[in-house]
Amino acid sequence: MTWTWSNVWHWAAHPLSWPGFVGMLVGAVLVLLLALLVVMYSIYWQRKFIGWIQWRIGPNRVGPWGLFQTVADVLKLLIKEDVIPTGVDRTLFLIAPIFAFVPAFLVLSIIPFSAHHVFTANLGIGVLFYVAVSAITIHGVMLGGWSSNNKWGLIGGMRSAAQMLSYEVPLGMSIVGVVLMAGTLNLNDIVAAQAHTLWYVIPQIVGFVVFIIAGTAEMNRTPFDLPEAESELVAGYHVEYSGFRFAFFMLTEYVYLLAMGGLMATLFLGGWTGPFLPGWLWFAIKVFAFITFQFWLQATMPRMRQDQLMSFSWKVLLPLAMANLVITAVVKALV
Amino acid sequence: MALTDETDVVRTEEMLLNVGPQHPSTHGVFRMVVKISGETILEAEPVIGYLHRGTEKLAENLQYTQIIPYTDRLDYVSAMLNNYSLVHTVEEALGIAIPDRAEYIRVITMELNRLASHLIFFGTYLLDLGAMTPFLYAFEEREKIIDMFNELCGARITFNYMRIGGVKYDTPPGWLEQVDAFVKRMKGEMVKYRNLVTGNEIFLARVRGVGKYTTEQALGHGMSGINLRCTGYNWDLRKKKPYSIYDRFDWEVPLGKNGDCWDRYILHMEEMEQSLRIVEQALQQIQPGPVLAKVPKLIRVPAGEYYSGIEGTRGELGFYIVSDGKDKPYRLKIRRPSFENLQILPIILKGVPVGDMVAILGSIDPVLGEVGA
Repeated sequence: MTWTWSNVWHWAAHPLSWPGFVGMLVGAVLVLLLALLVVMYSIYWQRKFIGWIQWRIGPNRVGPWGLFQTVADVLKLLIKEDVIPTGVDRTLFLIAPIFAFVPAFLVLSIIPFSAHHVFTANLGIGVLFYVAVSAITIHGVMLGGWSSNNKWGLIGGMRSAAQMLSYEVPLGMSIVGVVLMAGTLNLNDIVAAQAHTLWYVIPQIVGFVVFIIAGTAEMNRTPFDLPEAESELVAGYHVEYSGFRFAFFMLTEYVYLLAMGGLMATLFLGGWTGPFLPGWLWFAIKVFAFITFQFWLQATMPRMRQDQLMSFSWKVLLPLAMANLVITAVVKALV
Repeated sequence: MALTDETDVVRTEEMLLNVGPQHPSTHGVFRMVVKISGETILEAEPVIGYLHRGTEKLAENLQYTQIIPYTDRLDYVSAMLNNYSLVHTVEEALGIAIPDRAEYIRVITMELNRLASHLIFFGTYLLDLGAMTPFLYAFEEREKIIDMFNELCGARITFNYMRIGGVKYDTPPGWLEQVDAFVKRMKGEMVKYRNLVTGNEIFLARVRGVGKYTTEQALGHGMSGINLRCTGYNWDLRKKKPYSIYDRFDWEVPLGKNGDCWDRYILHMEEMEQSLRIVEQALQQIQPGPVLAKVPKLIRVPAGEYYSGIEGTRGELGFYIVSDGKDKPYRLKIRRPSFENLQILPIILKGVPVGDMVAILGSIDPVLGEVGA
């Protein structure tokens, strides 16, 4: 194929070409930067929002209204000494944050941010890709906890593995209902299918609830934040990490927040569709609502116990998701 | 080799885990050596003494009035009660009559301090269970109490306010009105706490039936205070052995039933309401008058042995004085409720999950300054 700048942005629709490759590269970098910016300001928003809930002001020192607080925090983590404790399994200790972090960004590639999905892959197995790739993060977290040669880290890592594995199942099951309704695994097509009918949150309300709960657990957020339960495990799997390696784990967590919000918006809330406003803004509003909801939970909920967490997943969420799936299938077959 | 036994295939091992002395939810420098298998605790051994400062020994070289600031540092979240327990013992030994106003001020400050201490319990306990907002709400109210104490005696935590024969200062103008406004406000706050926390499903699942023990076990370990009352045993020294002027107020002793974390939590909350009731009545009854009785400059306790216990925030807080007639005690023994209450830990921690460890430890509500003394 020839070098034409005209088809740079349409790489998703054509076979791979050089301009398409360049477009992909630029797109990937742009998504990365966008994600970093969103992460930075979602941390700022988290601190502000939780601050308001707790009768505090939140960050207000660095820059106007504390807007540069997270920038300063990231800078601090970047210039910190890179500490690798003597007792650790060096190789695993070094790759664990990468294992955790890379899949978090990979899954962003399939989230359709707007109507003209310029930077995202139009992947036929989109949903499957998300579930599969996000599961790799578990390895990073588990290896991080195990290689630190720290008992708290070990417990945190094991808890995390057990938790993320058990919640992957109801999460997947809750998505299957949507896939059945839309008749496709492609996220773009799922959005398109919702554009003409109801948003799937209404017919799939059970699946939606299961998805939100399982998603919260999958991201290790309150009330399922056991792997890093500060009051029990000090810090959990990242107890020995500091500086930029620690930042990687933090980044993972917040990128997943963004990705999970995007997935939720795409699957249940019609993605970028909505009246009056441009598509990307609708998408941003939906993701913002999800993220704020997560912060709200974080400020109000106590933490569950390990055994309660596991039995809740297998005995409550999974049967619910299964029942939802069966009902969806029956209704679809009848209609 | 044929592997028939399952244990041959997967070799499992217990792990010895050192919880503390620097751990976010041991409420101070407290250490527990815990043997765990997976997430289950097999054995737990508390190791105490990291905050031992030799208060009892130090007291042997101090005059009775000089011991008062040392008691501030025992249970540092309810220093007023510590102050009172010491001066009360000395007063009983000397047979001093306390002016009425001083008694009222003492009761008001003690109950407010009990309230402040229970607020800390409320906040930190929820923090132990992973909810961080109640902590800030509780500290908001505690701050108001501390501010009032600051106005009263010039200190926020270590008050050094009680004196043998009364209290150091009379209330500043407008102080009692301030307390009155606080009590009214606090009643609304209590409703808020109940709505926010007490009905939370996750919270209930974490505390119901967790860390149970029976009345016999509690008595056998010398437990007192809420940790004893949660089993349903009615024992409150303010009622059973009335001291000060507690018999002039109309209030109740809240009792638990099952002796679990939930009962201990709810008793703290109910006791806060009772404290408010007592303060409210004390504010109505208080009259102007002197706040310090006439006591000799140099206090010499007649030779003999004296003990008196009061209902501290965490249980029976008592000072045992052995005097040889000098101005300093020959020997001072402090009955520290947190120390006694902690002794049941190895029994109730056996067989519970790691996650419940902090829930149980938090519900016992120890203050490590008092444990170490």
